[in-house]
Amino acid sequence: MTINSEAPLVLGIETSCDETGIGIVRGRELLANVIASSMDEHARYGGVVPEVAARAHLEALRPALTEAIATAGIELSDLDAVAVTSGPGLAGALMVGVGAAKALALSLDKPLYAVNHLVGHVGADVLGEDGPLEYPTIALLVSGGHTSLLLVRDLTSDVELLGETIDDAAGEAFDKVARILGLPYPGGPQIDRAAESGNPKAIRFPRGLTLPKDMDKHRYDFSFSGLKTAVARWVEVRRDAGEEIPISDVAASFREAVVDVLTAKAIAACTDFGIPRLLLGGGVIANARLREVAQQRADAAGIELRIPAFSLCTDNGAMIAALASELIMEGAEPSSLSFGADSTLPVTDIHVH
Amino acid sequence: MILAIDTSAGTSVALVAGGEVLASRDTADTMRHAEIVGPFIDEILTEAGIPAAEVTHVAAGMGPGPFTGLRVGIAAADAFAFGAGAVLLPMYSHGAIALEYLEDDRENNLIVTTDARRKEEFVSFYNGLDEAGCPILGHGPALQKPGEFCAMDSGAVHATEVHAAWLGVLAHRMLAAGHSFLPAEAVYLRSPDVTLSNGPKRVGQPRSEQTSGGQK
Ligand SMILES: [Zn+2]
Repeated sequence: MTINSEAPLVLGIETSCDETGIGIVRGRELLANVIASSMDEHARYGGVVPEVAARAHLEALRPALTEAIATAGIELSDLDAVAVTSGPGLAGALMVGVGAAKALALSLDKPLYAVNHLVGHVGADVLGEDGPLEYPTIALLVSGGHTSLLLVRDLTSDVELLGETIDDAAGEAFDKVARILGLPYPGGPQIDRAAESGNPKAIRFPRGLTLPKDMDKHRYDFSFSGLKTAVARWVEVRRDAGEEIPISDVAASFREAVVDVLTAKAIAACTDFGIPRLLLGGGVIANARLREVAQQRADAAGIELRIPAFSLCTDNGAMIAALASELIMEGAEPSSLSFGADSTLPVTDIHVH
Repeated sequence: MILAIDTSAGTSVALVAGGEVLASRDTADTMRHAEIVGPFIDEILTEAGIPAAEVTHVAAGMGPGPFTGLRVGIAAADAFAFGAGAVLLPMYSHGAIALEYLEDDRENNLIVTTDARRKEEFVSFYNGLDEAGCPILGHGPALQKPGEFCAMDSGAVHATEVHAAWLGVLAHRMLAAGHSFLPAEAVYLRSPDVTLSNGPKRVGQPRSEQTSGGQK
């Protein structure tokens, strides 16, 4: 099997959480990025329900594939390879993509590349218009499913996990606090909107894992569970006393606490490792305040900040295709057909064999 | 050329042409569908010497079966059909079991049950085979407590495996007889598990309790 290793045409399948993503890239050029989200179905539960997400993937797969092929204006037979997320993520959801990707690759007699979802978020950057990223870089990935700080020495061969959340993901914290405030799911955009007219300094909520005693062990780790509880307690006390809850101030102060910790730890990592580059990824990057504070702090520290287009920040298939494309351009061998879905795949496993 | 895939119990794949089984692979392992389905499809295509492009139909066992594993086979069948430009043939997995047991006993009635976990089972009632050699579904598939319902004049089989070879043979017969197939939807027979939240939980004690506790 010969493969075009100059600018391979790759179709990527992503089903690790609640978005069914099918992306098509040619080398570093984005041709299609179709995302079908089951978010609305989770709304009444206030969070992603794994079984609901997995069912939705199965139903969304064929329409998304069809649309991606049409958008890219290619024939299936033109593809050089198929790529898929093998982890980390929700096991049942990942399995839908893995089963589909294996069968699609076999049906086309094309090689299959199984890749890491988190590293895929970093890989999304190569599709941007700012030219390829320089390495090493620090990457902060924030979504409803993960909150991770990575040291990327090389996209395809050397990624290290510096820290991650030890309890809730940042996006989850937004959802939970939105519920406390009586705002609908998903919480991120709701909190963002409510916070617009609020005072971020109105209430001093705790910054998880930033005290000196925590910093030894958890310098680059995050914790949002205590923050969520603090918000709940603050609101409860006032509700019990029959007071009006200043929703805007609570939202703004909560958001400030999250943004403060995320950006402070990311900038600290850049400084500690002497790396003047920071890449953001994940759906929570949609948060305007997060981007704003990250930019201010990066500027102040002389750090170059990279934020891919939002459609490449949320979970998507294009980033999976992009990472596989980079692997192919470097001559990496395809995955075997026997890999599985690995819900806890470590970031060091960039390419699963 | 029919590729048949079923993961409603273990993982099973088969290639069927002209009603004959060219190659098949089966495992009763219910834990590794996503791993196994790829090598299995690859192996039977290689063994039969059939290029993927020659597959014209993909028979998919749509269940009933435990959700997570079931979906792997359906996703694989659908994606293979998409890639090969083949027609997807969605079928009840119990039909393959019924055919396996009724093939030599065409007049008999048969109750097919499979494990639905949580102390329940999936059940279908078949009334022999029709002239085309396809099991006649009388009732089901449905969810029941084990042994909840059984007919006096029926044989019964509790199957732990669904063989794609029989699914493929059945698909061939159904196509030949012009029988219709299922809609392309998984047969779950259960709603998704969700724990509905009753709103945010309290994190602290209500103030009234705190004061009545006499803390000063
Ligand atoms: Zn993600």
